Amino acid sequence: MPDPLVKIEGLTRRFDVSKPWLNRVIERDDKQFLTANADVSFEIAKGETFALVGESGSGKSTIAKMVVGLLPPSAGTIRFDGQRIDASLGIPRSLRRRFQMIFQDPFASLNPRWRVGEIISEPIRTFGLMNATDARAEAARLLEVVGLSASDVTKYPHEFSGGQRQRIAIARALSSKPEFIVCDEPTSALDVSVQAQILNLMRDLQDEFGLTYLLISHDLSVVRHMATRIGVLYLGRLVEVAQGKRLFAEPQHPYTRMLLDAVPDLALSGRRRRPVEGEIPNPISPPSGCAFHPRCPLAFDRCRTEIPQPRPTPAGQAACHALDDMVPA
Amino acid sequence: MTPETQAPQTKAPGRLYRAWDSDLAYAFRTAPVAIVATLVVLVVVFCSVFAPLIAPMNPYNPAALNLMNGFTPPMEPNAFTGEVFLLGADGQGRDMLSTIMYGTRTSLFVGAMAVLFAMVMGISIGLFAGWRGGWVDSALMRIADVQLAFPAILIALLVFGIARGFIPDGLRDQLAIWVLIVAIGLSDWVQFARVVRGASMVEKNKEYVQAAQVIGAHPLKIMFRHILPNVMGPVLVIATISLALAIIAEATLSFLGVGVPPTQPSLGTLIRVGQGFLISGEWWILLFPAVTLLALALSVNLLGDWLRDALNPRLR
Repeated sequence: MPDPLVKIEGLTRRFDVSKPWLNRVIERDDKQFLTANADVSFEIAKGETFALVGESGSGKSTIAKMVVGLLPPSAGTIRFDGQRIDASLGIPRSLRRRFQMIFQDPFASLNPRWRVGEIISEPIRTFGLMNATDARAEAARLLEVVGLSASDVTKYPHEFSGGQRQRIAIARALSSKPEFIVCDEPTSALDVSVQAQILNLMRDLQDEFGLTYLLISHDLSVVRHMATRIGVLYLGRLVEVAQGKRLFAEPQHPYTRMLLDAVPDLALSGRRRRPVEGEIPNPISPPSGCAFHPRCPLAFDRCRTEIPQPRPTPAGQAACHALDDMVPA
Repeated sequence: MTPETQAPQTKAPGRLYRAWDSDLAYAFRTAPVAIVATLVVLVVVFCSVFAPLIAPMNPYNPAALNLMNGFTPPMEPNAFTGEVFLLGADGQGRDMLSTIMYGTRTSLFVGAMAVLFAMVMGISIGLFAGWRGGWVDSALMRIADVQLAFPAILIALLVFGIARGFIPDGLRDQLAIWVLIVAIGLSDWVQFARVVRGASMVEKNKEYVQAAQVIGAHPLKIMFRHILPNVMGPVLVIATISLALAIIAEATLSFLGVGVPPTQPSLGTLIRVGQGFLISGEWWILLFPAVTLLALALSVNLLGDWLRDALNPRLR
């Protein structure tokens, strides 16, 4: 892939979940760390939609937060067009203007005390892109772009439904004319009927403005609808990356197969769905070797001791020892 | 966004109509206690603010006083001059109604300014502690806890005493009222700081704050423009209740003789002076200022209680 827009290498994030210092001294406990992400590497090409899927607690949102500079990584680098994004180093304004974020909960992501016009034009004013009059006009124009009415600028967020609020959040994200938008579960708080509208709007905007998306979701149907490429996260590690449609057609990693087997289909194919077995392990003390081995139907001795490294597959890459036998080198 | 839903909204209802139509206004209209309390507060505030215009006399203008009027009981003509005073006259022949109007003026001014001072200080510290978290938060909140362990009146006395030591003799009377304001304000900021800190710790994790952080908005802007408007509800409740407490604190300090200078007597000063006459039978010099203080403090307090309930969604 020539010249990716976003390049993530060895991204790791640990959270200190130790008890307070006094408790540790008295109870003779060591510091405890929760590893939300370990050694995650992937690239996002300009104009594509890269989706990250995984169960709750797999570290999807932590990656999103690090990519937009809300959290500093513990190790590894995030490069946007060659420039580093790292919350602990400080991010120059000129770089910040080029990426944006859409949040999960449209009831929390809009300040309830601000008018919609102020909300949408906040990035314009913060980056000093226009004067106040133009910013107001731009907010009205963006409302129409996302399918609302220009006269809504004077209303407050509580006057809108969830789907309309998410449209407002999208208009805000567009207002600084970014190239790259991180979407953290943009539809999971919405009604099913509204989800498709929002996803289609996002695709239309992508075509219109040449946007690049990092889409975080736990909903495989959303991902299937949107993604150019998909990364599957398990316990903070990327277990498989593949071209969108081909991940569904020919999943390589046993965890991916397990996830796909669990998805209900409306076609009522008569196929017996297999529920995902077992629970995601505690990330404070993850299993040795391959983190998936306690739930994996293919696990053998090597999986318990050695962390698998990603190896190429027909549609991308996957990190699994069992694949060594299946894919001829 | 169909045309049907848009059509009737061509003319937006006025601000006044929306205020009348709001939940809070409805809660107010259906609460007799709140209406009565508001009326009492409005009457007292009006009388004190416009005291120079509506008071029967200026009790601190020696030329207007007649010592012969001393100790005239309420509603009785004076034995020598025949003058009648609605609430009687004190030992120097001052009309009690006028002294109360002027006294309330001082009390309200000190109370309101002290609450404003405590509010600004408490909100700033609370926002900062809640935003930064960690050891900054712990340090500020421990200071607040330590201060909370002392009675407010003791803190005010302490501040007052220290300030008096620093201020040169000539300026003492001039600055006394401001020292009093700072003393009461300093004894009261902790409440604001704690409430604002708690609420802003909740708010700062909401996604609208993260959205502002993603675009690199300045922390001060996030604190004051994003978080502060969302934590003002409880602050207003505390401010109202604090106003009642500040008025009482001022009266207490003045009663103890460490408050406002004798040239600007407040309700507390009037009560202190009046209690000396109680034993000799001139009850009106004590009773009327005391009743005014009681009515004012009680009404403001009732308003604060009502506001707290009205703004609490769980009690609706």
